Amino acid sequence: MASSSTTASPVYSDTTVRLFALAAVVYGIVGMLVGVIIAAQLAWPELNFGIPWLSYGRLRPLHTNAVIFAFGGCALFATSYHVVQRTCQTKLFLPGLAMFTFLGWNLVIVLAVITLPLGITSGKEYAELEWPIDLLIAVVWVAYAVVFFGTVGTRKIRHIYVANWFFGAFIITVALLHIVNSAAIPVSLTKSYSAYAGVQDAMVQWWYGHNAVGFFLTAGFLGMMYYYIPKQAGRPVYSYRLSIVHFWALIFTYMWAGPHHLHYTALPDWAQSVGMIFSLVLLAPSWGGMINGIMTLSGAWHKLRDDPILKFLIVSLSFYGMSTFEGPMMSIKTVNALSHYTDWTVGHVHSGALGWVGLISMGALYHLIPRMFGREKMHSTRAIELHFWIATIGIVLYIAAMWIAGVMQGLMWRAVNPDGTLVYSFVESVKATYPFYVIRFGGGLLYLSGMLIMGWNVVMTVMNGKAVEARIPMVVGQTAAHA
Amino acid sequence: MDILYLLIPLSAVLVLMIIGVFGWALHRGQFDDVEREGQRILQSDGSAVDADQSAAPDMQEQSRKVFSDPT
Repeated sequence: MASSSTTASPVYSDTTVRLFALAAVVYGIVGMLVGVIIAAQLAWPELNFGIPWLSYGRLRPLHTNAVIFAFGGCALFATSYHVVQRTCQTKLFLPGLAMFTFLGWNLVIVLAVITLPLGITSGKEYAELEWPIDLLIAVVWVAYAVVFFGTVGTRKIRHIYVANWFFGAFIITVALLHIVNSAAIPVSLTKSYSAYAGVQDAMVQWWYGHNAVGFFLTAGFLGMMYYYIPKQAGRPVYSYRLSIVHFWALIFTYMWAGPHHLHYTALPDWAQSVGMIFSLVLLAPSWGGMINGIMTLSGAWHKLRDDPILKFLIVSLSFYGMSTFEGPMMSIKTVNALSHYTDWTVGHVHSGALGWVGLISMGALYHLIPRMFGREKMHSTRAIELHFWIATIGIVLYIAAMWIAGVMQGLMWRAVNPDGTLVYSFVESVKATYPFYVIRFGGGLLYLSGMLIMGWNVVMTVMNGKAVEARIPMVVGQTAAHA
Repeated sequence: MDILYLLIPLSAVLVLMIIGVFGWALHRGQFDDVEREGQRILQSDGSAVDADQSAAPDMQEQSRKVFSDPT
């Protein structure tokens, strides 16, 4: 090991990191644009212009797939490939295979962009893509696992940094979830039927759906959090011990919470209650991690005033804390009786998606991109500051509008006259929601504008920089010097 | 609810795997000196690696020895 690392003067394999990071920015803009379009359609339905491909039912899965799997996925690929190399002080295992994951993942995204507007869908939420694309996802994901765990296996540092544990759990679990939930019987190239039926299918779907939230949208981005917050703040994580407890407690608990998506359905009552209890337990590890991340700045809070990238990272954790409090609360059956099927759920999801996943990704990318292109920082720090405030105001408008709309809808739907008839027809609740749909559209538009500013900033940074190879520190040489 | 005969064993197997991997990590001394591991990533771009924490194989031997020896 000693001779091989000293003779070749090895460098990190960052090509795929760069490609995935830039792709994340592009897909972020596209996915959020589609989101703004469908938000506008909810307020002004004529905006589908009577064209089937632009109808809400087809664009909505395009929006969710684009922001979760294209934007979030590319950000996760980029950061995990970056973090695993830096913390293991070795280059990627099989860089060619890493390039395959980039090409394969982008092919998946292109196919999604084509098939979803055409109405080709398996009808499973967050797993809409049809079986040939599902197979491609499985192949790419296995390649991802080989690259990631191969890199961990060939590490030069004995300790596996906590971020890699989160990334690793995310990769393994998503593979398992995807394969079990996407099991289907094809009838043609573009149509298949789920291998499960009725309530069985619903249970598999939400076992998948909730764990996709838990492992794709939480564990993966926590991996990001545990590397980029300490790096950006220049301070070690508040308690490394707590980060380890956070990891094991979180992955143990998440697996069982899925049934809370099926309260008051044909799912047996006891299964619903088990799901609710595990959801409540989840509050503890979630908040432990949130506090650990935020307290990393303990004693250096002034950095938050001057550094907009830290603002992104730390505020994302506040939204993580908010939505991981809100989630367990909404999983309580009596609360869920009010909130389910209303826009409150949409508000909850976006507090997590825009606030947590979005802001932490943007913060990590702002940290990563200049370093990948031989620059010390982004082209414009003031533009990052502007992006931060526009995005935050956008999120607050969005989620506040959806909270109010959701509670109002829940109350209207359950209002009953003394003679047992409903006080309101459904369409009256739709009409009452109109102003909140408009506010939500405004919030989304602000969030998209922030992303456009980021796009400009990234273009300027990359154009004035160039990709430089980063040398891997020589473990053995250092050891000798130390001794 | 036949599906629970798949999902519950599957989740139970996962939990067993989690416990197994946790045991592996504990046994390999991954958590022996945890607070210093948080410091390391801040130094790792340039200088960085401590003599006794660097190369993998012999260190593993060492930590196993420490682990099995209560004194």
